[in-house]
Formats: sequence, C-alpha cells, structure tokens
Amino acid sequence: MTRTPIVLSVNGTDHEVWVLPSDTLLDVLHDDLGLADVRYGCGEGVCGTCTVLLDGEPVNGCLILAVQAAGRPITTLRGLMGPGEAMHPLQECFLRRGASQCGFCTPGMVLTSLDLVRRYAGRGRPSREEIRYALVGNLCRCTGYTKILDAVQEYADLAVSGTGAERAPGVPPGVPPGVTAP
Amino acid sequence: MVAPAFDYVAAGSYDEAVRLLAAAEGDREAKVLAGGQSLMPMLNLRLARPDLLIDINQADQRPPSVADGVLRLPALTRHRVLLEHDLVRRRSPLLACAIRYVGNVRVRNRGTIGGSLAHADPTSEIGCCALALSASVVARGPAGERTLPVSELFDTYWTTTLDPAEIITDVLIPAARPRQGWSFQEMVRRTSDFAIVAVAALVELDEAANTIAAARVALAGVADRVTLADPDLLAGLAGGQANRNGDVDAAAAAIAGRLEPATDVHASGEYRRRLARVLVARALREARARATGEAA
Repeated sequence: MTRTPIVLSVNGTDHEVWVLPSDTLLDVLHDDLGLADVRYGCGEGVCGTCTVLLDGEPVNGCLILAVQAAGRPITTLRGLMGPGEAMHPLQECFLRRGASQCGFCTPGMVLTSLDLVRRYAGRGRPSREEIRYALVGNLCRCTGYTKILDAVQEYADLAVSGTGAERAPGVPPGVPPGVTAP
Repeated sequence: MVAPAFDYVAAGSYDEAVRLLAAAEGDREAKVLAGGQSLMPMLNLRLARPDLLIDINQADQRPPSVADGVLRLPALTRHRVLLEHDLVRRRSPLLACAIRYVGNVRVRNRGTIGGSLAHADPTSEIGCCALALSASVVARGPAGERTLPVSELFDTYWTTTLDPAEIITDVLIPAARPRQGWSFQEMVRRTSDFAIVAVAALVELDEAANTIAAARVALAGVADRVTLADPDLLAGLAGGQANRNGDVDAAAAAIAGRLEPATDVHASGEYRRRLARVLVARALREARARATGEAA
C-alpha cells in the first residue's frame, strides 16, 4: 500500500498530508495533524467522540476515509473558537451549566448540538425531546446528560433571542421544522 | 481497532464501478463503498477484510423524483434526505417515518438507501419498509440493467442475491395512495440501536372506504433476513369491517406463530415471537386508523 498526498482543509487551513487509502479521517486529524479535539471512542459510529463537520454537516470521523474528505471543508471543535481561542457561545453555555465533566465527549456534543440549533435558525428552537433525539448518538460516560441538555437548551434560547449566539450561516433549504423523536 | 490495509478507487460512474468489480472478480475481494456507515465499522472491527474498496459516492448526483405513481430514489440518497425531503415525506410517509429509527444524525448524513439494502441486515428498518411497500431495486451489472423486487433481493444474513459485479443504482417505491394507511413499530433497548423486532404495515381500504381491501406486513429481527408475512395470513382481514379488532389480533397471532426467531444476546426467540405478535397488531391497528382517517 502506498501513501498518496491529499489536501485537507481543516478549520480554514489547508494541510498537505500523505495518507494510506485505509486511513480514516479520524486517524489523520488526530494522529497526523495533532487535533486532540477529534477522538477515537468506538470505531463504529455510535459514540460521537470523533464528530467533525464535513461540508458543514456532522459526520463520524471514524467512518469516513481521509481520501474522501480531500478538498472539502472540515470543522473540528477548535474551528468554532474565535481569535485568541475565544470560546464559542455554545461552549460558554457548557461551561456555565457544568456540562463537561471529563470532557472526552464534549467536542462531539458541541458540534452535534450546534448543527441542530443551526438547522432551526429562523424557525424557533428545538424542544428538549428533540435535543435528546439529536444527541442519541453521543455518549457521555460520566453520564452528565441532564446538564448537557440544559446547556444546549440555553444556547438554543440565546439563538432564538439573538443575544450572544452566532448568526447561523448556510442553513440548508427544505429542512422541516423539527423531527420528533420516535 | 484499525481497519486492515486495502486499496481504494473512486469510480466516476456506475459503469466504471461495475467494470472495476468485474475485473476484481475471482482475483481480489472488492467491496462497494457508498455511505460506509455499515461497511466502515465492519472494517474497523476487522469483520470484513476486502482487498479493494470501490467508492461510488461520485457516481451519481440525482435527487429523488416521482413519475407514474412511483417514487424513484437514487441508491445514493442519504437517510437524512429520506427523512427531510418533501417528496419522500409526502409520497412515502412510512419510509420517512422509519428513518427516524435508523442510526444517529451522523449516520443519517452519510448512510444511503442503496447501501442499506445491499448490506442486507436482518434487522434493517429500511429493508423492512421496502418489503412492506413492494419496492424494487434497479441493479446494474456487466450484462446491463435489471429490475428485481426487494422480495427477491435478500438471501440470508448480510447477503443479497445480486451477482458480485452488480450494483444497486435505484430504489423504486410505489407512491402512497388515497385510502391507504401505514405504520412502523419497533422495539429497541436503546433509541437508535438495531431493532430487536420491527414491523412495517400497509392497509388499503376499498372504494366504499369502510372495508379492508388489502394488508401487507413486513418484519425485521425475526429471521436471517427481513421477511414479508405470508399474505394468506392477512387474507382474513380482506372484506372485513375496518374496525374489527378480533380479525387483527387473529392475523397477528397467526403471523407470529409462523415465525421461528433465533435467540441471541439481545433477546430470546420466544420474546421476539411475542414482540412480533404485539407489534403486528399495533401496526395493523394504526395503519387501519390512518387509512380511515382516524389517525394522523
């Protein structure tokens, strides 16, 4: 097996990396680019610790090959932060609510819930049940789920009132107003 | 765990992918990579060790469409599109509803309907709905294209009847009709987990709209593949007043009685058979209520 060069566009910066065809996006982001906020949890797509935004949508870094992500915009948790590592408003909600204990699941929780709130932009906010449903694939082994839900709800409220939350860019068209949990 | 080493090629078209598959036959084990939400875990856990992955994600960009009462879903249609696309929600509400039970948001962003059917998981919600909906798949191989009903697609655990060099390119689903009701029922230990038992049902009323013209039930998690309930066992519902619960319970008991589900770490065969009876009855009642307009 030979390595081939690809360009990964991560958090606004292009990186040329030499990858094996079998390298996952998680392998390359974590091991080659040293992004500690993208984490190996299960390797099966059920735990959410390797969540990244690819083309603005959350995907499992462990279930997509690095070569498949070449040339496409990738955002990790770090990419949400402002200049001087200023925290994203959603991160501040997590901090205020004590929603991060050991912190291993936090990047995936933040990216997945941010996607949910962004999809509601201009059409209200997700209910607590909808937040639970959106985060069903993000496991917190400290089991601090209640505070995580509180943090996301607080951020969703900020987003609706337009105070302190980011302006939501690029919400895809045709998304229905909410998907209820089964 | 880390995936074993393999070669990778991105096919620009289905024809190219079929050529690559045919060229690999007998020499190297090749697998088609669509959304990768089942194949990649199998690689990471080393349950599959192909020599070559043929990526078809660039092979097709078509959106869902409807013509002549048939919903055409290109095989690469992502689960998220099935969940959110207006055409799918209106023309195949059963499928759109069942997708809520599939994986999580990240899995639904990548997973595809063709990949799900080709994976042939015996607990597949999508396979279960495809059977209940009398769906067909279009498969392209070295000899050209053919259309086969989904009822002839599944062979056994994770195995289809497709030839090694055939690829599913489209899924064709008869669009929902007036006086037709549907239901999807599933039992899982944890939301988004594999189904212990899932049931999809369609009930159609006749012109007078108060008697049942036809009913169709499919089950997941009760055999080595998703299965269609024997139509004879549902025949007792036909012509019956649409509000007769006794007929529904009898049909559900007959369908469950015919099953021989396996016991595994998730549930005993006995429990699965009981679930099948309960969920089939619930599904038939809800589908009937939707058909008569008594339920949303």
